[in-house]
Amino acid sequence: MIDWTSFAPGSAFAGGLLIGLATAVLVLCNGRIAGISGIIGGLMERSPGDDVNWRGAFLVGLVAAPFAYSILRTLPAVRIDAVGPELVVAGLLVGFGTRLGGGCTSGHGVCGISRLATRSIFATLTFMTTGALTVFFIHHVFGG
Amino acid sequence: MRMFTALLSGLLFGLGLIISGMANPAKVIGFLDVAGHWDPSLAFVMSGAILVALPAFVMARRRARSLLGATMDLPPPGRYEHRAALGSALFGAGWGIAGFCPGPAFVSLGSGQARAVLFVIAMIGGMAFYEAFQRLRVRRTDMASTPA
Repeated sequence: MIDWTSFAPGSAFAGGLLIGLATAVLVLCNGRIAGISGIIGGLMERSPGDDVNWRGAFLVGLVAAPFAYSILRTLPAVRIDAVGPELVVAGLLVGFGTRLGGGCTSGHGVCGISRLATRSIFATLTFMTTGALTVFFIHHVFGG
Repeated sequence: MRMFTALLSGLLFGLGLIISGMANPAKVIGFLDVAGHWDPSLAFVMSGAILVALPAFVMARRRARSLLGATMDLPPPGRYEHRAALGSALFGAGWGIAGFCPGPAFVSLGSGQARAVLFVIAMIGGMAFYEAFQRLRVRRTDMASTPA
């Protein structure tokens, strides 16, 4: 059953266009892939070399986005239902999983699919499936 | 200049995540909840992003260097190996638990969400664990290839 009260395809699409634009800027100007887990992970490798600067600058921009948004409009309400231990387990899985899997929603889901990379298409199908299964078990089997 | 374009890209990316609703974990869970009150909005985020990014990658692939003279660092084509499949499966499970993937978690850090701080610390811990695991693997293959 579709949740029509929350359905907002317009803002979702507009936000998506901006994400695409951000990806285009990074690849055309810097020659780099806007995959967030890779950008963070690259800072943690033994020899990050001279690309610490652009990685750092990208992450500063990402963290500064709510502030920039709030200058023009009030930030949309956000709800985080997960609590302490759930957040820790989720964070560990997301951190380890994206590095082992070679990407996340941005690197595989947006950049990889846009490059028509088979690996990324399969990776996206995989995390969408396990994500949906996890939500199903938490909210419908164990009753959330 | 390259630092400026990277900063601009991060900023645009973050604004896109906020406007699209991706930065709201409840909305992400609603998207993944196909058996409940399913909110398909986030499928439009990916469509919009790909619509712009696809032609950009077509242009990028034809160039040896970026507009600012950087090397084009595009991942080489590769097979979808067991490691990548397992990693993506684990990532999806974590995504379904909290509704956070790496980008939105960083954006929520910027809006001062205490729960996002905890999530990001754990996520960086998970990545550090991967680095340690990777070093162990490299050492083991080194030992295996060194003649006794």
